[in-house]
Amino acid sequence: MKNFSAFDIIGPRMIGPSSSHTAGAARLGRVAAKIGGDDIQNVVFLLHGSFAQTYRGHGTDRALVAGILGMEPNDENLRMSMEIASEKGLNFEFIKTDLGDEHPNTVKIIMTNKVGEKTEVTGSSIGGGSIKITQINGLVVEFTGEYPTLVVRQIDQPGVIAKVTKILNEFEINVAFMRVFRHSKGQDAFMIIETDTVVSKEVICKIKDSGKEIIHIYSIKSI
Amino acid sequence: MLTEFSNGVELSKICNESNKKIWEIMIEREVENSQLDREAILNYMKENLNIMKNSIKKGLYEDVKSVSGLVGGDAKLIRERYENEKTVSGKRMNKAVASAVAVLEVNASMGQIVAAPTAGSSGILPAALVTVGEDFHISDDQLSKALFTASAIGYIITKNATVAGAEGGCQAETGAAAAMAASALVELLGGSPEQALDAAAMTIKNILGLVCDPLAGLVEVPCVKRNAIGVANAFICSDMALAGVKSVIPFDEVVEAMYKVGKSLPCELRETALGGLAATPTGIRIKKQIFSKK
Repeated sequence: MKNFSAFDIIGPRMIGPSSSHTAGAARLGRVAAKIGGDDIQNVVFLLHGSFAQTYRGHGTDRALVAGILGMEPNDENLRMSMEIASEKGLNFEFIKTDLGDEHPNTVKIIMTNKVGEKTEVTGSSIGGGSIKITQINGLVVEFTGEYPTLVVRQIDQPGVIAKVTKILNEFEINVAFMRVFRHSKGQDAFMIIETDTVVSKEVICKIKDSGKEIIHIYSIKSI
Repeated sequence: MLTEFSNGVELSKICNESNKKIWEIMIEREVENSQLDREAILNYMKENLNIMKNSIKKGLYEDVKSVSGLVGGDAKLIRERYENEKTVSGKRMNKAVASAVAVLEVNASMGQIVAAPTAGSSGILPAALVTVGEDFHISDDQLSKALFTASAIGYIITKNATVAGAEGGCQAETGAAAAMAASALVELLGGSPEQALDAAAMTIKNILGLVCDPLAGLVEVPCVKRNAIGVANAFICSDMALAGVKSVIPFDEVVEAMYKVGKSLPCELRETALGGLAATPTGIRIKKQIFSKK
């Protein structure tokens, strides 16, 4: 069981009304935007379960958009996020849906950038503002964003994992959790690496340049 | 030094053996478990206190309205009354009640709050500490330490039961917040760790079985007023404990009983908006109105 800190009990600092429907939603949007990369122009939110039922009254819609804009769950501008997004030319749409056997507070976020590339991220708000990312581009993954997290998209072939962990070793970054996911052998794959310390830009650049099997790398600071 | 505890008995033992208050043990535990030093930890809690104070002020003096339009403005009404008229339960009690309502109204209007332990119960602890802090001229430093007392009680309840309305009903959610507030007040006003635990135990006993039945599933009705009764409950129980009144059932057993009662509540009465006040004719009508709004 998690060893609760005093600040898990007195906290998080957040924009109301609901830690799961508002703060958690903002975090989901923020993590998704990190994975979607720069220049997101269009976002579709597929809302499932309780998210679909109560999203308006809980400001889940505003929180999700705020997250896409990079806001933290305690950002006073959160409630104005839709207006801010419109000013910035970000299009967004909410669709109530049934994603099947998922946690009641689940959203699938489909982002399209300027050059038309699509990224799909699915995640759940699991209580108290905590979240879990469960799918990226149809690939089943699992991480919470509580630790600094590296999401590496790579081509599934021998030696890639060793390359990445060697660089982390050089910079004395300790890996807390690490998992590898793939569609099928030799194809698109993801590495989710959760670390104890923040991974610097220098390290991320080094990993990116370490070989062309690394397609993308996203760094998500702990939330 | 041993700072890890998993229930009230262990916490009380550590306090007695080291001759320290609950807040001191909780800060030491935090230093041990985090990568921050004592000063950083205290400062972080002080910032939380500041956000709490701001949310009270905003609700008491500004016009706030929830997204659904169901709640907002009641904190101002209560403030105007205690400022201008004699009240039945006294000025301090009314100030605390108005403050608790203020925070929940700010929360429902998408303003900034600190979950304590949840957003739906975030009015009780700030209202209790800030009201008493003002009336007794207590420093922010002392109030922040009392927040550590509260966090220890909240931690024990989270570890051994739940603070989520969806799991244990309102007794778990606002009950935990009120128990945290009661224990914090006891240590703030010079009471012993045992008295703090007694106050927490009595607070939960008083609202054992309270269901979670929000209209339309929103953190508005009856949550705002349950925060009002929560801070009143905390006031009464901290006074009783400081007077030397003991809880016949010890804190740990009360927490266990609360958890069992929570689990035996039908799911209609655990935040599903299917029972209790949510299922009244008015509750159903309001739900329909909110969901038909575009």
